[in-house]
Amino acid sequence: MVALDKAETDVRDGVDRETVEAVNAMAGKYKHGWETDIETEYAPKGLSEDIVRLISEKNGEPEWMTDWRLQAYRRWLQLDEPRWAMLHYPEIDYQDQYYYAKPKSMSGKPKSLDEVDPKLLATYAKLGIPLKEQMILAGVDGAEAAPAEGRRVAVDAVFDSVSVGTTFKAELMKAGVIFMPISEAIREYPDLVKKYLGSVVPASDNYFATLNSAVFSDGSFVYIPEGVRCPMELSTYFRINAENTGQFERTLIIAEKGSYVSYLEGCTAPKRDIAQLHAAVVEIVIMEDAEVKYSTVQNWYPGDEEGRGGIYNFVTKRADCRGDRSKVMWTQVETGSAITWKYPSCILRGDDSQGEFYSIAIANNMQQADTGTKMIHLGKNTRSRIVSKGISAGKAQNTYRGLVSVHPKAKNSRNYTQCDSLLIGDKCGAHTVPYIEVKNNSSRVEHEATTSKVDDDQLFYCRSRGMDEEEAVALVVNGFCKEVLQALPMEFAMEAQSLVAISLEGSVG
Amino acid sequence: MLEIKNLHVKLEEEDKVILKGVNLTVETGKVHAIMGPNGSGKSTLSYVLSGRDGYTVTAGSAKLDGQELLEMEPEARAAAGLFLAFQYPVEIPGVGNMTFLRTAVNAQRKARGEEEMSAGEFLKVIREQAKTLKIDADMLKRPVNVGFSGGEKKRNEILQMAMLEPKMCILDETDSGLDVDAMKLVAEGVNALRSEGRSFLVITHYQRLLDHIKPDVVHIMADGRIVKTGGPELALEVENNGYADILAEVL
Ligand SMILES: Nc1ncnc2c1ncn2[C@@H]1O[C@H](COP(=O)(O)OP(=O)(O)OP(=O)(O)O)[C@@H](O)[C@H]1O
Ligand SMILES: [Mg+2]
Repeated sequence: MVALDKAETDVRDGVDRETVEAVNAMAGKYKHGWETDIETEYAPKGLSEDIVRLISEKNGEPEWMTDWRLQAYRRWLQLDEPRWAMLHYPEIDYQDQYYYAKPKSMSGKPKSLDEVDPKLLATYAKLGIPLKEQMILAGVDGAEAAPAEGRRVAVDAVFDSVSVGTTFKAELMKAGVIFMPISEAIREYPDLVKKYLGSVVPASDNYFATLNSAVFSDGSFVYIPEGVRCPMELSTYFRINAENTGQFERTLIIAEKGSYVSYLEGCTAPKRDIAQLHAAVVEIVIMEDAEVKYSTVQNWYPGDEEGRGGIYNFVTKRADCRGDRSKVMWTQVETGSAITWKYPSCILRGDDSQGEFYSIAIANNMQQADTGTKMIHLGKNTRSRIVSKGISAGKAQNTYRGLVSVHPKAKNSRNYTQCDSLLIGDKCGAHTVPYIEVKNNSSRVEHEATTSKVDDDQLFYCRSRGMDEEEAVALVVNGFCKEVLQALPMEFAMEAQSLVAISLEGSVG
Repeated sequence: MLEIKNLHVKLEEEDKVILKGVNLTVETGKVHAIMGPNGSGKSTLSYVLSGRDGYTVTAGSAKLDGQELLEMEPEARAAAGLFLAFQYPVEIPGVGNMTFLRTAVNAQRKARGEEEMSAGEFLKVIREQAKTLKIDADMLKRPVNVGFSGGEKKRNEILQMAMLEPKMCILDETDSGLDVDAMKLVAEGVNALRSEGRSFLVITHYQRLLDHIKPDVVHIMADGRIVKTGGPELALEVENNGYADILAEVL
């Protein structure tokens, strides 16, 4: 729990009001569909060794990093895009994308907010980021010294390909916590980055992760030293703004022995008729007795009712519970994106380590989601728990794909999986694809799955009490998602609820 | 005032006719009871009045204070002051009883252009109401009707009624499944809500409830029509002799 200022004691669970408001702001009917007309510096379209080198050079990277990227790039050329997911989308032309875009105003350091591109500031305001944070994110000189507004969430904002700034760095530093753009970490903490980057998701892991390894331009880096409870929530906002630009952010979180951190990720993108590519990688390393909570509220633009535009979201997220008794909890609320391909995974390597995955995936209109998790039990007495709630409406297709693998040495391990699908209307689909392998006989795996239609009697009951149809659907669906919403930090959960409601607008009647 | 005239209703999906010309007027401030054999159309009448899908109105009208109910969405009917205590209350997993009710109260207020009820005020009122109905705090937090006993579900309907303050309350067999004490509680709950501006239509099979809730008028429904109307003594007659005599007389 975060030490809150007295004035804010009414805010619970370590999330402060600004964060709540930030998420609140995320919950407009695709309210984030604005495009900010900011002058952007692009690298030429397409992908080649030169582009990879250019990205590396732009970030002022050491040679080992450039080589790492190039190796990934060469590897990627030999890979084929995976097509096993239940997703249908047109061929992606990887040469028709920009791989590097940077707001021009980032080039020189402004002296005050007046010198910052007002449009960039407007963007932050729309994201609900408070003023002081806006100053810091805009890179205003001395912004760190400006009086804080009592907020206790450190923010890193990644705009198109570039991290535009991180707040609270100094205060976190005092606690020994490093929270900064990964581009900076590569320069400032090369040993840490070198040691852990690619150690959870190897550069050769899969098509999209490999692509990311070659071209990622920024993302967040978090290091929590031994025995430290991170004094505040950390959060990153990702936003794709520039047209035809892929976003490839890379997040690396290291939790040393006995440490704790709660990390929150929010994503938005403007409305566009053309689909945009997003291929992120998140790696988490968790040592003995450490715990990491990673929550995502993904609200990328889902495309319109006819399926035009939207984000193609191919994400590799993996946590490695290296130490004994280490623990990871993934919570995701996936409401956006035209295509979602995402399986946050837990490698339960340490004895007695635990992995949890709580997921709400909503697909409306023409959205397609193929999402789930992998629980790899390697250590003894490891525990995992999967609670997945898939909601399909309109003509959407929603697939849960989950792997539970218990290795011979993972004696006495347990998994519990509950996977519920809810259908709204009769043109959508829900699919459940569980893979279960248990290679010892002292372990136990339980899997429960249900598929149901939203119940007309429930809707009528609500309406007979005065709720309109959309309100009734939202209420019933929120009830269906309850267990997962409860896994989110309290205030965040309330905002996620309204996001659920908004994502389902137009799904009935 | 609820005025039902010549109401004819069939099932939407089949050609089965269920209501065959119902005529019924419940004056403001009055309590009317409807009795009638199983399958005579009592629940159907209450569902049609509150706007459930699956029925087609082929003729007739139903007006609440002059407003045609049959043309309104269910939620608009609720906002206009209609309330149905269900014969079989519906379970909604994951949705707290209190959340449900507060959403309902505020949805109705919003529809009527009134201000929302604050969280504090709502809590105060619901606690008071729950106390009178002997509904404990735990039941308020639990998901709507999930795991409630039959009697608890019925009491919960009355709690909703008390919170929503409707003008026209329809109670569909709220007494069935209640033990003697619970029946008293429910009756007291209803009596406490009786007022000049509020009318009741109480569907029941038993005189017992009507001992506690004294109706002004009793109707007998059979085969989709109101076949006889009288005073409270009509209920006693049914209790003692069943429907055979009444039906023989009218058919
Ligand atoms: N959806 C439906 N499909 C088929 N038949 C229906 C449907 N709804 C009602 N009915 C039929 O209409 C008739 C009237 O039913 P209704 O539930 O209104 O009776 P009731 O008077 O409330 O009976 P009870 O006293 O047993 O509650 C019954 O014969 C019933 O089977
Ligand atoms: Mg009935």
